[in-house]
Amino acid sequence: MKLFLSSWPRWAASLLLAGLCQWAMAAPPDSMAQRMKACVACHGQEGRSTNHGYFPRIAGKPAGYLYNQLINFREGRRQNATMTYLVSHMSDQYLMDIANYFASLDLAYPPPQTTDAPAAVLRRGEQLIRYGDASKGVPACSSCHGAAMTGVKPAMPGLLGLPRDYILGQFGAWRNGVRRATAPDCMGEIARRLAPEDVTIIATWLSSQPVMQRVAPEGSLPTRPVVDCGSGFK
Amino acid sequence: MNSWHWKPWKAMASLLLAVVGISAIVGWMNVRGEDPINENHVSEKPLEQVVSRGAYLSRAGNCAACHTARGGVAFAGGRAIETPFGIVYSSNLTPDPETGIGRWNQAHFWRAMHHGRSRDGRLLYPAFPYPDYTHITREDSDALYAFLRSLPPVSKANLTHDLRFPYNSQVSLAVWRALFFSPASFEEDASRSTEWNRGAYLVRGLGHCQACHAPRNIFGATTEAANLSGGLIPMQNWYAPSLRSKVEAGVQDWSAEETISLLRDGRTSHATAMGPMADVVYGSTQYLSETDLRAMATFLRDLPREEPQKPRPEFVPVGVRTLGARIYKAQCAECHGEEGEGGGNLYLSLAGQRTVTMQSSANLVKIIINGGFAPTTAGNPRPFGMPPFGQNLSNAEIAAVASFVRSAWGNNAGPVSELDVFKVR
Repeated sequence: MKLFLSSWPRWAASLLLAGLCQWAMAAPPDSMAQRMKACVACHGQEGRSTNHGYFPRIAGKPAGYLYNQLINFREGRRQNATMTYLVSHMSDQYLMDIANYFASLDLAYPPPQTTDAPAAVLRRGEQLIRYGDASKGVPACSSCHGAAMTGVKPAMPGLLGLPRDYILGQFGAWRNGVRRATAPDCMGEIARRLAPEDVTIIATWLSSQPVMQRVAPEGSLPTRPVVDCGSGFK
Repeated sequence: MNSWHWKPWKAMASLLLAVVGISAIVGWMNVRGEDPINENHVSEKPLEQVVSRGAYLSRAGNCAACHTARGGVAFAGGRAIETPFGIVYSSNLTPDPETGIGRWNQAHFWRAMHHGRSRDGRLLYPAFPYPDYTHITREDSDALYAFLRSLPPVSKANLTHDLRFPYNSQVSLAVWRALFFSPASFEEDASRSTEWNRGAYLVRGLGHCQACHAPRNIFGATTEAANLSGGLIPMQNWYAPSLRSKVEAGVQDWSAEETISLLRDGRTSHATAMGPMADVVYGSTQYLSETDLRAMATFLRDLPREEPQKPRPEFVPVGVRTLGARIYKAQCAECHGEEGEGGGNLYLSLAGQRTVTMQSSANLVKIIINGGFAPTTAGNPRPFGMPPFGQNLSNAEIAAVASFVRSAWGNNAGPVSELDVFKVR
């Protein structure tokens, strides 16, 4: 009896611990992070895709951009059978909750994917990003996507830290009209104006940029849109 | 001797006569019971409550789900419906005179709903579920018509169906209709309650539950009214489980509340609407009144029971089971529990879960491949979801983990082969 009494705190503690374990195992948290575990199988832990493969990083993108894309998948303006299936019976409100959740994550980036780009390609890439190509009516990428190319709130995506194949895939989809945005579809227009080799150069440049410090989207667009855009600015 | 020469002609003549006779019968069978239509009849402006009743009924029939292209204007049609016979495109139901139903009157609309014939007399393809809608009342048909006429007209031309020969001809459709369709009215069963009858009316008519939850013959026809004994949905490869069987999706042993909850919220504590049923809850049943849901529950809980076949004990090879167990532990256990016991009230238990153990493994495999979320509803506005493992697991791995969950924790269902996975992928 004495033995039992003296050991009861430890005894109770272990019981409590066992109970907690049981509880923890039996009941995953009723949180947004837990709900979004369905997304991380492809988009990486907490939505920060690795720098391998195809899936785009979604963590830290402006909420408006993510929301627009989720709606676009549901409404068939973007084509990915898996994404469309996942969001096809979701309300606008839940899609907004999802967008806000991933937008709120501020997480470190992996090292850049492209490491061996020739200097000439990087120079031309930088040129296109900063100044565009007036001869083709292509505006500077940074005029909309932010001087640091990390996006602009509320709905303009940052383009750094994306896999090169993903960027190339999107340009292809825009040119073929498979990826669309709310009209007027400015990126579709720009993608059609760009020369194919310049698309490759842009994808290479973007995927070779290290993202060192915080990359929160800028607060507002530096200038008015240079092309008519139906989304991205709201 | 002379008659010898005439024999072929006689045969030809009798054949011709037979063809004419059969054609006449088939033709008659396709228009039997139709009332003459006054083409110039103009409907009076409907009362506000008739329009809103029609809007409600369109939810009960989930009309917009098929009659809206992805991203298109609701009811303006253009969605491709894949069938084993080719593609049928849904039509524009907005009141545009050129491309929609702007020139239709109530009687035209009734003929489409009840007889499956269009305004211009064309026979309609049964991808439009008029073998079910034929049971609705004229009053409900008129209310639906009034609602559709209240929509803003959208000019959007109907697409030509893309069906293979011979399915693309009106003649073969006429033969199909003669064999498998007869216009019918819903007959109340006086020995049952009003609630039961209302449920039967909704399930058999606008709900067109039969369109998925019943077996189809090789001509794509469901044969018996309110059979509801389950069937593989053509092209989609989801299995719409039997609503008569307690080992599939029968609700005879459920409470009315649970049944209502599945239809209204898209989930109960031990079941979730997934795949095509998630579409049904999302577009239709979540909007139905408590009274109508209760009526449907009453009818469904009273369906005749179908005795389950005795499961054949089938052996899952040790290697497959070991691989399956390893994948389960790595990918599934975090949410569904080490012992398949589920995760609190957020993730379903897999031990004893009917979707896991029913004879057809199609839905289990589909869910592993595609993942998916329950539909958002007022009762479940932020549903939990499952990742699409089809991206990361091979057919062999999916077969192994499916075989494992079908045979673990007291589950006693047969193994799933790589071919089973391949067939539904």
